[in-house]
Amino acid sequence: MSFLEVKNLNISYPTRKETIVASKDVEFTLERGEILGIVGESGSGKSTIANAIINLIDPPGEITSGSIKMDNNELRDNEELIQKIRGKKIGFVFQDPQTSLNPLFRIKDQLIETIQTHLNLNYQDALKKSIQLLEEVGIDNAEKRIEDYPHQFSGGMRQRVVIALAISCEPDLIIADEPTTALDVSIQHQILELLKDLTKKRNLGVIIITHDMGVIAETTDRVIVMRHGLIVEQGDTKELLTNPKSNEARSLVISVPPTNKKIDRFRLISPDGKEITADSKNLTKKIIKTWGVREKNENKKILQLTAVTKIFDDKSLVSNFSFGSKAESTNKVEKAVDNVSFELFEGETLGLVGESGSGKSTIAKIITGLVGPSNGEIFYNDISLYNSKRKYQIDKSRGQIQMIFQDPYSSLNPRFKVRDIISEPIKLFQKNINKNELTQNMYDLIDIVGMTRQSLDRYPHEFSGGQRQRISIARALATRPRLLICDEPTSALDVSIQAQVLNLLKDIQDELHLTMLFISHDLPVIRQMCNRIVVLKNGSVCETKETEELFNNPAHPYTKELIRLMPKIESII
Amino acid sequence: MIYKTFNKIYDTDIGYSFFKSKIAVISSTILFIILLCSVFAGVVSPYNPFDPATVSLMDAFTPPSWSEGGSSSFILGTDQQGRDMFSTIIYGSRISLIVGFASILFAMVLGVFLGVTAGYIGGKYEIVVMRVTDVQLTIPSILMALLVNGIAKSFISQSMHNDMAIYVLIFAIGISEWPQFARVSRASTLVEKNKEYVSASRIIGLSNILIMFKHILPNILRPLLVIATIGLALAIITESTLSFLGVGVPPTTPSLGTLIRFGNSFLFSGEWWITFFPAIFLIILALSINLLGDWMRDALNPKLKIR
Repeated sequence: MSFLEVKNLNISYPTRKETIVASKDVEFTLERGEILGIVGESGSGKSTIANAIINLIDPPGEITSGSIKMDNNELRDNEELIQKIRGKKIGFVFQDPQTSLNPLFRIKDQLIETIQTHLNLNYQDALKKSIQLLEEVGIDNAEKRIEDYPHQFSGGMRQRVVIALAISCEPDLIIADEPTTALDVSIQHQILELLKDLTKKRNLGVIIITHDMGVIAETTDRVIVMRHGLIVEQGDTKELLTNPKSNEARSLVISVPPTNKKIDRFRLISPDGKEITADSKNLTKKIIKTWGVREKNENKKILQLTAVTKIFDDKSLVSNFSFGSKAESTNKVEKAVDNVSFELFEGETLGLVGESGSGKSTIAKIITGLVGPSNGEIFYNDISLYNSKRKYQIDKSRGQIQMIFQDPYSSLNPRFKVRDIISEPIKLFQKNINKNELTQNMYDLIDIVGMTRQSLDRYPHEFSGGQRQRISIARALATRPRLLICDEPTSALDVSIQAQVLNLLKDIQDELHLTMLFISHDLPVIRQMCNRIVVLKNGSVCETKETEELFNNPAHPYTKELIRLMPKIESII
Repeated sequence: MIYKTFNKIYDTDIGYSFFKSKIAVISSTILFIILLCSVFAGVVSPYNPFDPATVSLMDAFTPPSWSEGGSSSFILGTDQQGRDMFSTIIYGSRISLIVGFASILFAMVLGVFLGVTAGYIGGKYEIVVMRVTDVQLTIPSILMALLVNGIAKSFISQSMHNDMAIYVLIFAIGISEWPQFARVSRASTLVEKNKEYVSASRIIGLSNILIMFKHILPNILRPLLVIATIGLALAIITESTLSFLGVGVPPTTPSLGTLIRFGNSFLFSGEWWITFFPAIFLIILALSINLLGDWMRDALNPKLKIR
């Protein structure tokens, strides 16, 4: 008999038009001291299963059949038992540490409340236990910090507190739903180590739900691959990652960017198991014809930043239009960007890498004029982008600098058809374009990003994240840019979709001789995409190097740390 | 064809939620009938109360048709000048609705323009606009309307005043309603302007006017539509109140409020119907607009989405 047994679990969400099956005949077991990974693309039903175990499925979802047994006790539809078990025997770690703690209660109150609900302890003992727990999850000065409110902790620290909460009543099972997705690499590493450690020390059963194959490889013993609510493959982690049998698992494994070498293109597998080899090379021919042939001059500096500094608090320097300045000024770092200089040569891809708060997005905003710099100069083709009054000269770049954004769900105007989204920049830059040319232009763009022409007459919400990102790329290309800034273009996408989008970006760059500034926190992705890399920390540059040189020979201690800590899928193979 | 269109509407989430809600269906049906009646007042009402030729003082104070002394030719009775109540109500509701719609439109255009520009441009401009809004909100709308009316009276000659009264009224009500629109549209603009599609438009190089009114405005219309609907009921009531106080539309072209005021002086002498029917009509009108607004607020709120 296993510790946790899930049998024949069926969960469905009846909606007005159709019934969505979120989980179909799901069966798995978990032993004590074991870490089970559940992996799959978004919408594959990973979180639904976790919620089903603690009976927290949002209505109208319901478990239609099956059984969930823990220590041979049936949990399904047994609200009374579940309430006793939830928090006591099962601890839950949520994805976002910003919202999973109540901001109005001290850490102390939240921990003691949970402990006293489930364990028969008086206040003093509960407090003592809480301090112990905080020490156990690695919070320094726990006695003092327990008096603090959640907002006084950083994201990683908060996630530690959440874990402390989850283990506070000595549970037997911990369910962690994307526990590190919102965290930086170094903190992710610490949290995963902590979970591994606790599993061994306390002989817990742990379920980790994630979409990150690196996390799976580094932490789990066994893994379940899901798709559309079905378990397509499960088995020993090492076995499954080295020798995936199902197409879905192969597709997942193969599209993960390797961390130890640079590959030319990502390999892709279609649902029927064949490898997709086609690229968009011949499609760009038409575009090249209308754009005119571009010579690539690799020695030409296309963009130069000298000593760029950005201080958000300094009101006198922030222009009235500084978008997002309010959100970012809450950062502890006074200088969002501190004396950053680098240059970009024509045709190359420069990577900007760093953790959250390192100022990478702010640099992108400064180059595109969304935020003005407090100090420093930015030259595009030897012309300064800001005039003496620090006002952005958008006429100088004439649409030659374009940007692709992180969140495909907010980067397209939901009230515009794709046709209008793409035609707007074309019309702006070619005032007297006639209707046929305009249509032809749009067709070229929509072809090159690999979408059907019918999609022009649809609205953004009808597309998936990856498709929206393609539309976003088409819009950016509509102004015939020379410099494309990609701000975390794939961090919101599933890994196989990420591979497709990255391939597309590579093709477009090769064919159109674009220069790219590629911003990401994801080192493996950066390695695949970039020629040179700038490493940022707290707004200043740590080092700038050729990609392979940087990965093989990092000089700066911070770079070394980043490379050491990134989750590596190869670690297991 | 009609069946097909109906199915298409029913298939959308909003349409579904509409037909599921009895209150929404009933109130919008009533509203639709009232609108039709007031648009085609000349066809629907048996008499034209504003045409002195059809009015006879002999018919004055006829009670409703079902009570003693009533006449079948005047269903709801007549007023002190012998005008048919049913016809005057329909013509009166026309005036009330025109004033209501026009003043809300005025308030919306003014408020949304100021709100969107304040939210988008920010800085000192925003501070000034929003403080003006705050000041405006501290003045009760009736008081504001009375003030505007008083000022207008002292500037416009008596002979002109009757013709201008309706415009003054629209301006007076509109000016007291715009802060609502300004606040909501500013708040929504602040949310929208941080979305990446706005950044994308700026990088492409679109002008700020285009970004504000072509990109942001369509995305903030939903909450505006809700407050416009609820504001419409409020505007109609404000108009009636002003007319009741005697500072609204002139007695020659009575609105619902004017009718209630006339009837009020006869209420205790037994001629209750002169004030009762316009009042009931006003209640039904305002209530159905408000209920429709309530439903709209729930249906357009993505958080309360009905599955």
